Amino acid sequence: MARPRGFRMHPSPIVMALVLAGCGAGGPAEDRRSEAIEVRDEAPAVDPATAAIVTGRVVFVGEAPAATPIDMSEEPTCAAKHASGATAETVVVNPNGTLRNVFVYVKEGLGNRTFPAPSEPVILDQDGCVYHPHVVGVRVGQRLTIRNSDGILHNINASPSQNRGFNISQPTNMESTRTFTVPEVMIPIACDVHGWMQAYVGVLEHPYFSVTGEEGTFSLAQLPPGDYVIEAWHERYGTQTINISLGAQETRSIEFRFDATTAASAVVPLGAPVDPHDHHGETTRARIGAAADAR
Amino acid sequence: MRLGTARTRTRTRSRSRAAVHGSRPRLDAHRRGSAAAKGALVLALGAALALGPVTAKAEAQQPHPGKVVYDRWCAQCHGEEGRGDGVAAGYMLPRPRDFTRALYQIRTTPSGALPTDADIRRVIDEGMPGTAMPGWKDRLSEAERAALVDYLKTFSRFFAQETAPEPVAVGRAPRVTAEGLAEGREFYDKIECWKCHGRAGRADGPSAPTLVGDDGYPIRPADLTKNWRFNGGGSVEAIYMRLRTGIDGTPMPSFSDLLESGFMTEEQLWRVAQYVRSLSPERPPVVREVVRAALVDGALPATPDDSAWAAAEAYYIPLVGQIITKPRWFAPTVDGVWVQALHDGTELAIRLTWNDPSNSPDPAWSEWQARVLEVMEPRDEAPGGGAELPDAFALQFPFAIPTGMERPYFLMGNAREPVYLWRWQSRPSVPTEARARGLGRIEPLAVDEAPVRAEAVFDEGQWRLVFRRALVTPDSTERLQFRTGEAIPVAFFAWDGSNGEEGGRAAISTWYYVYLDRPTPRTVYATPAVAMLLTAGLGFGVVARAQRRESRARPQDPE
Repeated sequence: MARPRGFRMHPSPIVMALVLAGCGAGGPAEDRRSEAIEVRDEAPAVDPATAAIVTGRVVFVGEAPAATPIDMSEEPTCAAKHASGATAETVVVNPNGTLRNVFVYVKEGLGNRTFPAPSEPVILDQDGCVYHPHVVGVRVGQRLTIRNSDGILHNINASPSQNRGFNISQPTNMESTRTFTVPEVMIPIACDVHGWMQAYVGVLEHPYFSVTGEEGTFSLAQLPPGDYVIEAWHERYGTQTINISLGAQETRSIEFRFDATTAASAVVPLGAPVDPHDHHGETTRARIGAAADAR
Repeated sequence: MRLGTARTRTRTRSRSRAAVHGSRPRLDAHRRGSAAAKGALVLALGAALALGPVTAKAEAQQPHPGKVVYDRWCAQCHGEEGRGDGVAAGYMLPRPRDFTRALYQIRTTPSGALPTDADIRRVIDEGMPGTAMPGWKDRLSEAERAALVDYLKTFSRFFAQETAPEPVAVGRAPRVTAEGLAEGREFYDKIECWKCHGRAGRADGPSAPTLVGDDGYPIRPADLTKNWRFNGGGSVEAIYMRLRTGIDGTPMPSFSDLLESGFMTEEQLWRVAQYVRSLSPERPPVVREVVRAALVDGALPATPDDSAWAAAEAYYIPLVGQIITKPRWFAPTVDGVWVQALHDGTELAIRLTWNDPSNSPDPAWSEWQARVLEVMEPRDEAPGGGAELPDAFALQFPFAIPTGMERPYFLMGNAREPVYLWRWQSRPSVPTEARARGLGRIEPLAVDEAPVRAEAVFDEGQWRLVFRRALVTPDSTERLQFRTGEAIPVAFFAWDGSNGEEGGRAAISTWYYVYLDRPTPRTVYATPAVAMLLTAGLGFGVVARAQRRESRARPQDPE
């Protein structure tokens, strides 16, 4: 059995000693909290007097790709709900040249602010063998209620990488509720019975997200002034970011431009990559005193 | 205690040595044998590992005890980092599990939850019969398997982050009754299991062709008529557990929400499990080497669904992928065929029954066909992979009944000793006879008098095919002449066109035998009667003589 080179001592006794010496007051729970690098302050509430707003639209440049028809002949109940035939929602370009179903959100800049999750659920409905909405945002800890309005068998198969997923069977009109505990952009949700069905759920810890609709516009209101990275995510054309600095009570308008040629090289992130190297209890958190440990 | 003489002492010593060896000889020998086979692979892996950054960390810390076992036995399929990308992974469908996502198929916990340690252990011990994952309980020690469970959990940070998983609460199964099975069938239709598994459970449902696993690879629903190939076991309890927990990582969902919403009761879900169980035979089929063709009195059945076949004994022949000659095929659709044979002294009829979810070519399966050829090793670069391929079946015989044990090469013969084939295709459905001198060298024989005839039926994911031919044909040198009372070698080949199968991409078997029963000779009835009379007569005679002797020898009793 080889002894490791150098002497590695667990940092917590050192830290606890330091903290106890420094602070004096406070029990063990407080000391352990101080160990971690990031400390969660009590978030200051967003001050409406200084709140700013970011609006804009997502423009699609170039010729819109032809809509792919969906063959629903195996499911007559759903085929009947699409009189003029159903088409895939992968790329939907609005008549005004904007792109629909783009998830626009604040990626960075909110610091340590926390926002309590709303109590109302977000509804994801299966109607006509299509998920409504196609792209939706939900808060960490907020209920996601999945509804079957078709009355025929659907299964809801969620494949996140940061959260735990699920695969629920709903053979009738019913609802199931789940929550996600970790922020993740985006979680694909699919039905295996009907292979064309697809939805994307973005899980965030804050309320600053918006999905472009028929007008291709988005709006992020009540933002505290500061520097932000705003990201737009599309399931075929990937992501784009814009950095902005917001002053107090400012109304900023930004525009994302996606074009058809980026599809070939677009990287569409679905949750951050999972770190597989979790052997021997190594963590990805930095440890206090790591520099002193190394020899 | 005296040890006795030197001779005794030696014997004692060698006995105890034998006792030591006796306690674990088989395991070691087995492992040594397997290690020799895997030696090259382990060496290659070791070289790769030595160059990797993982080693730097491993040097500084004590390696996990499970890592030694994993690197030796698991990494070849599951990959060094547990990503399911080992060197052998490309030859399998379904692929080996990617442990980094902590999605486990066979659990007792709700869908999306982590498995318990016992869940992981169960799969290591028993394997997953519908896949390439073997069971390790006879090959690895208790300690090794326990260490493996711990090591697998280090591949994903979810095990450290999430709370300990709770198994689902499961009640007792109700007693199986006919009404219960009928109710199970009712719910099988109502909750639409047939969408994927098919009306008869043969994995031919309308949604089956488009199914994809969490890893993005095509995946098949279970054939519910073959419960010995269920990944989590084929008992009612195992089936019920799969319904409750779903099979994470696959399209199979959990039905527990239905219980919570009040749409179904637990008892009704048990009935579904019992119904599904009833679709498979009571016991897994035993493979027998000789298919007996019984002699029938009346008309020989000509069609696959003739009622006469119900009385004919069925023999299960397993089929495997053709992995000898390129293009090799590691994931054929057809994994077994039921064989029945009857003859009437003049003609022989052989009925084949096998499950195939598609009547190929089938446009619903064309995407599947393209995808499967794309993902399976070796990648097929030859054109024709996208062509419309029919389903096919072939029976292989030697040209003459062999006198000894020597038979032609089982894989369609060779130049020195060709084999005789009966071939059938779904389209066009005309049977042919051929001579094969190897996989790529098949020449059709000229159609002659008394050719082989075939008739087939496709019924909800199952082909039923009957070949008929006269035992003796005019051209006795060109084709095999069948004789009663002799074991005639026979082998089986199946192709599913929608799985891209043609030529060497086939499901094959080794040589078995077909034996045509002789008519029962009169002597069979006469001989026992004669033997009984003789024995009885002898018996009486001996006893009578002994009694006479005794009465003569014994002195007269005084009155």
